[in-house]
Amino acid sequence: MSAPLIEMRGITKSFGAVKANEAVDLSVAPGEILGLLGENGAGKTTLMNVLFGAYAPDAGEILVEGRPVAIHNSADALAAGIGMVHQHFHLAPRLTVLENLLIGIPGKSGRIDRARGLARLNEIGRQYGLSLDPNLPVSALSVGEQQRLEIIKALFRGAKLLILDEPTAVLAPSEVDGLFAALRSMATQGLGIIFISHKLNEVRALTHRCVVLRHGKVAGRVDHPAQTTSAEMAKLMCGHEIVPPTKEASSPGAAVLTLDGISTSGHAGTPLRDVSLSVRSGEILGIAGVSGNGQRALADVISGMLPPRAGAMTIAGKAVARFSPRELQALGLGRIPEDRMTTGLVTNLPLADSMVLPRIGTEAFSRKGLLNPAAIRAFAEEQIKAYDIRCPGPMVRAGALSGGNLQKALLARELAFDPKVLIVSQPTRGLDIGAARFIHEKFLAMRAKGCGIIVIGEDLEELLMLSDRIAVMYEGRIAGTLPSADATVARLGLMMTGAGHTEEAA
Amino acid sequence: MSAVFEQIFQVGFLAAIIRIATPLAFATLGEMFSERAGVLNLGIEGIMLLCAMAGFTAASLSGSLWLGVLVAVLTGALMGALHALFTVALGLSQHVCGIGVTLFSSGLAYFLYRLIFGQQSVPPSIDGFKPVPIPLLSDIPVLGPAVFNQFTLVYLAIVAVPLAAFVLYRTPWGLSVRMVGENPRAADSAGVSVIATRFQAVILGGALMGLAGAFLTMAQFNAFTFGVVSGRGWVAIALVVFGRWDPWRSAGAALLFAFVDALQLRMQASGLGHIPYEAFLMLPFIFTIVAMAFMSRNAVAPSALLKPFRREER
Repeated sequence: MSAPLIEMRGITKSFGAVKANEAVDLSVAPGEILGLLGENGAGKTTLMNVLFGAYAPDAGEILVEGRPVAIHNSADALAAGIGMVHQHFHLAPRLTVLENLLIGIPGKSGRIDRARGLARLNEIGRQYGLSLDPNLPVSALSVGEQQRLEIIKALFRGAKLLILDEPTAVLAPSEVDGLFAALRSMATQGLGIIFISHKLNEVRALTHRCVVLRHGKVAGRVDHPAQTTSAEMAKLMCGHEIVPPTKEASSPGAAVLTLDGISTSGHAGTPLRDVSLSVRSGEILGIAGVSGNGQRALADVISGMLPPRAGAMTIAGKAVARFSPRELQALGLGRIPEDRMTTGLVTNLPLADSMVLPRIGTEAFSRKGLLNPAAIRAFAEEQIKAYDIRCPGPMVRAGALSGGNLQKALLARELAFDPKVLIVSQPTRGLDIGAARFIHEKFLAMRAKGCGIIVIGEDLEELLMLSDRIAVMYEGRIAGTLPSADATVARLGLMMTGAGHTEEAA
Repeated sequence: MSAVFEQIFQVGFLAAIIRIATPLAFATLGEMFSERAGVLNLGIEGIMLLCAMAGFTAASLSGSLWLGVLVAVLTGALMGALHALFTVALGLSQHVCGIGVTLFSSGLAYFLYRLIFGQQSVPPSIDGFKPVPIPLLSDIPVLGPAVFNQFTLVYLAIVAVPLAAFVLYRTPWGLSVRMVGENPRAADSAGVSVIATRFQAVILGGALMGLAGAFLTMAQFNAFTFGVVSGRGWVAIALVVFGRWDPWRSAGAALLFAFVDALQLRMQASGLGHIPYEAFLMLPFIFTIVAMAFMSRNAVAPSALLKPFRREER
């Protein structure tokens, strides 16, 4: 076999007392797709940032085609033939596709060399089957197309090794297939690819080999991912067996939330068009759909932040007269927002304050218009204990907590008041298997207690596992609803693209 | 009423518009470059004043107007570098630092002026720039004398607009400026230095503000007074928004403002004497506010405006 394209030897990187990477060895051959697996905080991103020049390693070396190289910044990495597609795209939305490609490329006699840029773009389009309209502004591209642009950008700069950081997190199932086809084609033409993910089925389907990181060290290597079970890999990632939570049969009771013909307007994103659905007590309703098909408007209406233009809503049998978060909360609604850091809590305030924020004016936490710090603190301390929230104490700045602990805090804050209906968006996005498992168990426990739960999500496997029924959103409408016993990833994926309307009584 | 209009719309009126627009155009282009790179420069008002003073002083002491212009431009670049040091290198609040730069520059201008010229009952003046007619072009009726019989700095402003558009839209550096103003992380990952690009844009912006100041004391008034800038810097900030961060539109905005300003000057001088002159003075500013209210609704600022870039932050 030829010399590896990239070899990392004994990479160690510490942040203060924390060893983010410890003596990690890794290599990628030309034409090889390497999976890099690990839970959050296992050191995947740190390792790739070392390779891409964002961090300098404390020890270890990097070899490109057998020669040691020093990579101090992204320009060095690009020069060494290393390209990276970050999880959050590095694109300027208002500039065109071509301008985003040409950034940082020297011009011809003082001008931007458009002609050469276009030629190169066409060449990449032919070679790898990746094409885009060069004159469209990036803001007009879909998420999948933006990702394609990021890949083209790396190839444009002559990348021989492509690093993709959780590339499928933002894609619809059909887009994932397209991405995988493109990556396979690049690999057969001699490029090396590092594919970072924690979705085991994807790693098994795509990669030739995988390296599993745990606590910054290599926990194991898998030479034939396709022949290895997900359970084995999960065990390598976590260090112990992961048993999926058991969902007991439940007998749903009366409807606790109904939406009847809800339409919205004047909202950033896709508005709702004539949406009707209901959730019964003791039932979990999953809402599937490609991101941007009205899920945000739906969550905002149900949580009272967006008054609908038409339609009616009831909570626990009572009609909602006034849409305001406080009003709906009083009717028995609990809400866990999509973005923990911006709408979930106030990152610069103490955790305890964030945990009581939705109920700050109630008897429990204030008296005669004055806050009751002792009660707030006691409540936070109690929840920290009950939910095993790992933090130095209730007065720590909320933003200092990890994603999993923040999510636990948000969950604790809502569940402490026994909501009749709970609406959650992307409940486990960015969480590791252990934390996600904890969240799932809590949902199932609430379901057993008779709470009606709406889970808006993009992870179909998660929705299938949790839900009793799954509704699919497409362009602001409910495209169809299936009992989860009849639903499969393939069938849902088809409905998510607007095909196969199967309207059943919702 | 028709007599009033006759008095207003004549060659001199057109020429006045061009002359009023020139410092605004320089200042607006300067602020635009800075903001396109993601840095709001509220120091503009003070920088213009300090440059007006520095240029005037250099010209007055040396006798060379062009040396005065050079000193004004260098002073502007230096103040731009100071603002960039605070906001780009140290990542401090652009609002606070900009106001600080304005207060500091204004104070410095007053102080140095008093130190150099003392307190005089009549402010010293210089023999400023003279209009330079451009052969042939200045013979065009109406447009010729108004546009092509002007100060060299006016011609420079006219050339500066397409040049700024070319630099911003057609050169790799201009693309880098737009990129660091939209998504600095994208520029950084493409190997472009965000810090260096922002420094360069803010310094270029300061230099252009310097030209604006130089024009005021060496072509328009030929003397330095403490009120010589009188809000033109603040107006330029509004004009950048009005011009949607585009060189052509910004220049157009400057011309429009200049038109209203020239109009009110004529109205003051014309037979509408029963109205207090302060009412006319307000007109351009009322116009700016109204125009902003209508036009800036769909104007979208560079996404990274006001946001300092720190690489390690995710």
